[in-house]
Parts: sequence; structure tokens; C-alpha cells
Amino acid sequence: MIEINYYLIVSAILFCTGVIGVLVRRNAIVIFMCIELMLNAINLTFVAFSSFMGNVNGQIFVFIVMTVAAAEAAVGLAIVIALFRNKESVNIDEINILKW
Amino acid sequence: MKFDLETVLFFSLAVMAIGSAIMMITRKSPITSALYLILNFFTVSGLYLLLKAQFIAIIQVLVYMGAIMVLFLFVIMLLNLQDEKILKEKFTYRKITAVLLSIFLFCLLSFTIYFGFSGKFTAMSDKAVEIGTAEFLGSELFTNFSFPFELASFLLLAAIVGAVVLAKKKFE
Repeated sequence: MIEINYYLIVSAILFCTGVIGVLVRRNAIVIFMCIELMLNAINLTFVAFSSFMGNVNGQIFVFIVMTVAAAEAAVGLAIVIALFRNKESVNIDEINILKW
Repeated sequence: MKFDLETVLFFSLAVMAIGSAIMMITRKSPITSALYLILNFFTVSGLYLLLKAQFIAIIQVLVYMGAIMVLFLFVIMLLNLQDEKILKEKFTYRKITAVLLSIFLFCLLSFTIYFGFSGKFTAMSDKAVEIGTAEFLGSELFTNFSFPFELASFLLLAAIVGAVVLAKKKFE
């Protein structure tokens, strides 16, 4: 029988991989994808706790997190398109107009 | 630990999930990254099925792999991006710092998991099968959680309007 620890460790590894991706990659779209990876890792934790504790709240929360992820992807990609139209690049080192 | 089907499935799915995540952050081309991310979502949806959350697993395939990743692939192909240059450099100060920070974060998380949950929650709850069905989740969503549900629909409406306004041709 698989204990909850195993699911939590897999989720932690996925989350840390997402963190490495966000810190290392410079392409704005890939950074968005790494954020999706981190959200997914958190969803795995929620579902694991929900199934092991017999409580439905975790799965409802996963539902809401997926809604937020879809909204975030739509708005974020629209921002990326607008940036690409203005600067011809999605490299976040070149996007520094808000830097003081 | 005995080697029943659940254990074998869990370990193969976990290895595939971690492997595809690592492949995703190391590929130079954004398209390849997106395809590995789709593979990762697929394996995680298999893990949801192992956790007896059938509805969430299906929603993962429909919403994440079907909708969100198509949006990502569409934008990548629309922008016609080049490969990233930074991944060609071997070891930079920034990369080493990022990996060390993430390993530190992982140590912190596994410390918490080990001392917080070892020995607890060894078996899945008896109610797990009942909870995962679309029927149970739907009845919960429309009774106890109707307010967050409506808020989520408002959020989606705001996101649609925001995306159209931001991606419009003229940026006023």
C-alpha cells in the first residue's frame, strides 16, 4: 500500500523542478509553463490529502485552482503577445521597462 | 513493501512525471518543453486515478491538456520563437544559485513531510471512491460551495475580457 508520504515527495520534487525552471529559464512562455507545473504539483498534494483523509474540500480546491490556472494562462499569454508586438522578444532580461 | 499493481503503477508514473518535468525545463525549444509538459500532466492525471479521484483526472485531461496547453502551443507557434541562448552556456552563477536554492527548498519540504506525516495516513480513506465521483463533487459544488463556484465563473469572465483587451492590435 502506498502511503501519503510518497505522493507528497513526488509533489515536492515536481514543485522544486518548477522553481528551478522559473529561476533558470529566460523565455517568458516557458516560465509560464513552469508555473503551471508548480500549480499541478500543489494540486497533487491537495488530491492526495483529500483521498487519504476522506474529505471533499481538497478536490473542490483543485477545481478552483484549475479555474485560476486557466484564467492566468489566458491573461498571461495575452500580455506576452502584447509585449512581443512592442519589443519583438519574450526574453525577460530585455523586458525591463518597469525597472527603476 | 509488496509489489502489487498499485505500487508498480505508482512508481512508474512517478518516475515518468519527474523525468518529463526535468526534460521540460532543460529543452531549448519551447515547443519541446510544451510537449513534455503535456506528458507530465498526463502522468499526473494517472496519479489522480490511483488516488481514486476520477473526476479530477478527467478534468485534468480536458482542461489542462486540452485547453491550456493548446493555448500555449498556439501562442508559441504564433510568435515563432527561437531557441534560448542561455541554456547553451554550461554553468553560470545564476544557474548554480537556482539549483542550490531549489535543493534547499526540497530538503525543507521533505524534512516537513518526513517528520509530519510518517506513520500517519498509511491507508486511503474508505470514502475516497465515493468522494472522487462526478456526482458527489457536483452536489458539493452546487450546495456547500456555490459561492466560490460563482466567483470562479466571474473570474473566467474577467479573464476573457482582459485577454481580448490586452491582445488587441492597438495598445491605448
